[in-house]
Amino acid sequence: MKFKSQKVAYYFFALSMLLFTLQIVYGFIMGFAHMGFDGLHDLVPFNAATATHKNLLVVWLLSGFMGAAYYIIPDESDTELFSVPLALVQFYSFAIVGVVAVIGFHIGWFEGRKFLEIPRPLDYLVAINVIVFLINIVLTIFKGKKHSTTSWVLTAGLIFVALLYLPGMVWFDNHTVDSFFRWWVVHLWVEGVWELVMGGILAYLLIKLTGVDREVIEKWLYVIIGLTFLSGILGTGHHYYFIGVPKYWLIIGGIFSALEPLAFLAMTLFAIKMYNKGNKKHPNKLALYWTLSTAIVAFLGAGLLGLAHTLPGVNLYTHGTLVTAMHGHLAFWGAYASIVLAIISYAMPLMTGRKIFDNNIGHLAFWLSNIGMIAMTAAFAAAGIAQVYLERITGLDFMVSQIEIQPHFFVLILAATLFSTGVALYIVNFIKFGLPNDEALTDGEEFKALQTN
Amino acid sequence: MLSKKQAKLFFLGGTFFFLIIFFGLTIDTLVNGVPQYTNDDKITEDVILGRHLWDSNNCMGCHTIMGEGAYYAPELTKVYERRGPDYIKATFNFPGGWRPHNRRMVEYNFTDQEKEGLVAFLQWIGETDLNGFPPKPKYKN
Ligand code: HEM
Ligand code: HEM
Ligand SMILES: [Fe+2]
Repeated sequence: MKFKSQKVAYYFFALSMLLFTLQIVYGFIMGFAHMGFDGLHDLVPFNAATATHKNLLVVWLLSGFMGAAYYIIPDESDTELFSVPLALVQFYSFAIVGVVAVIGFHIGWFEGRKFLEIPRPLDYLVAINVIVFLINIVLTIFKGKKHSTTSWVLTAGLIFVALLYLPGMVWFDNHTVDSFFRWWVVHLWVEGVWELVMGGILAYLLIKLTGVDREVIEKWLYVIIGLTFLSGILGTGHHYYFIGVPKYWLIIGGIFSALEPLAFLAMTLFAIKMYNKGNKKHPNKLALYWTLSTAIVAFLGAGLLGLAHTLPGVNLYTHGTLVTAMHGHLAFWGAYASIVLAIISYAMPLMTGRKIFDNNIGHLAFWLSNIGMIAMTAAFAAAGIAQVYLERITGLDFMVSQIEIQPHFFVLILAATLFSTGVALYIVNFIKFGLPNDEALTDGEEFKALQTN
Repeated sequence: MLSKKQAKLFFLGGTFFFLIIFFGLTIDTLVNGVPQYTNDDKITEDVILGRHLWDSNNCMGCHTIMGEGAYYAPELTKVYERRGPDYIKATFNFPGGWRPHNRRMVEYNFTDQEKEGLVAFLQWIGETDLNGFPPKPKYKN
């Protein structure tokens, strides 16, 4: 760690870990409910659980992204953060809004639009909060002497994340129009601007961990985000097949969304190539594992499993079934959860001075969580495919087919247990790092000797 | 080989180009598509009330509509056609919560007017042209 102010990142990372844990609890509640054990219904009905599960996911990922930015931007710009107190105010208000939203879900305060369940008044607070965050980051960049492509891509991504939140804050009488703009938020986030954030963090990690020349890495970063937007913008059409809009979206959405995996493929090839090219002496093996797994699992979950149901002919049958949940889990895990875990693994030793780089707990956490999540994806796939056949092909009633697929949720729970054990171990390591401190300050890249440039 | 500058141009140019197309299609969809596909002129006060209730109770947190939502409870786009208004209304305020095949719905406390609104909303949605969704089962007798 080069600058004292980078330590604010710790608050955001810790909040991330806390909310991630809670998110998993609600996942279990829903898994059991699908299996037929809904004893908590009176306390936490399914619609409260699902809103909590999805929103905690979004909030802990955003918290991780903000932490990443607070850590990376001062380093890349070679200056202290513009204002630490402002960052702290922003942190506490962010956490409070998150907590209020989650409590609200339990007393039935919703906006009830998938992924945007946070009620409108809180939306305004979120918006203000994110603006404060962005001001702090952008002023830091301007204050700094260096302006790297990596930091600009990361920051531009975060600015667009904020801008794209706005179309989700308008009321339309027509439900179709509402859905149309809801996808501007949800789709253009995960298959658009979040990839910029992910690409920025990935590039930073690869520069640090492999020591490959920055110019080379940043060139490929442009290519990757170029592919992202080239396919992802019009790819929004894959959510417009069946919502009451013209048929040309079937063709446009089909073609361009089928191209979306290219960006993820490019990311995988890029990460592996840089790894092979660089010198491999960086001691932080865990960060390296998470960095590479991000690129690989994102391609599997988002790229391949997205492709599996993105063509209109297939999507007609899988749309609105558990097949979507299969893809949703591995995509979010591979791309966004993993990149947050990667940057935390990289930053923590540098912020705290404790060298937990390569311990058994860390490796176990890595393998259990990844294998567990892949097994969960398989369970959702089995349930989803069975659902499609029973309900959409043979025409069984919804509830009758749900009872048939209950056993797959038993498998889901087993897999989720494996997954959660991995996550728990990751958090054990996180706690073992202790708090960041000024003794960990050094004059820059701690592993300078290992860098090739 | 590609230079960094060319890569940047590829990114900026591509993004700009596809954004313009996307905005163009959006305008066409809103101006020409939505009225043609959705009965935009039949959105009554009841339908709007129904949609407010749909949102504020997070019905999408269990059900799907137009295939969007959660996968715990049935797809409701065609529920008006499938079950009719009386059945739909009976589910809302059912004492202890509606409980088909042991899967539980929240017990609501809607007024008659609110029930009318929800039914009107579901009826309106059912008349939207969804390009063939939900698909007709192959083997249903
Ligand atoms: C990291 C990137 C991605 C994430 C996090 C992600 C996540 C999700 C989630 C959560 C949904 C469910 C949305 C909802 O119903 O509200 C979804 C739907 C979908 N995704 Fe992705 N996705 C990603 C990338 C992709 C890619 C690259 C493709 C295509 C190749 C794709 C294809 C689809 C399709 C077709 C659906 C619609 C399913 C349906 O409702 O019929 N996704 N995605
Ligand atoms: C113990 C772990 C977990 C369990 C048991 C679990 C279970 C579930 C269940 C049962 C659903 C609801 C499906 C429905 O609508 O009926 C769900 C939704 C969802 N979960 Fe999880 N989950 C877990 C962890 C995660 C993690 C780690 C992520 C992200 C990385 C995640 C992301 C999502 C998403 C995006 C949805 C919405 C999917 C959709 O509607 O298509 N979950 N989860
Ligand atoms: Fe999408």
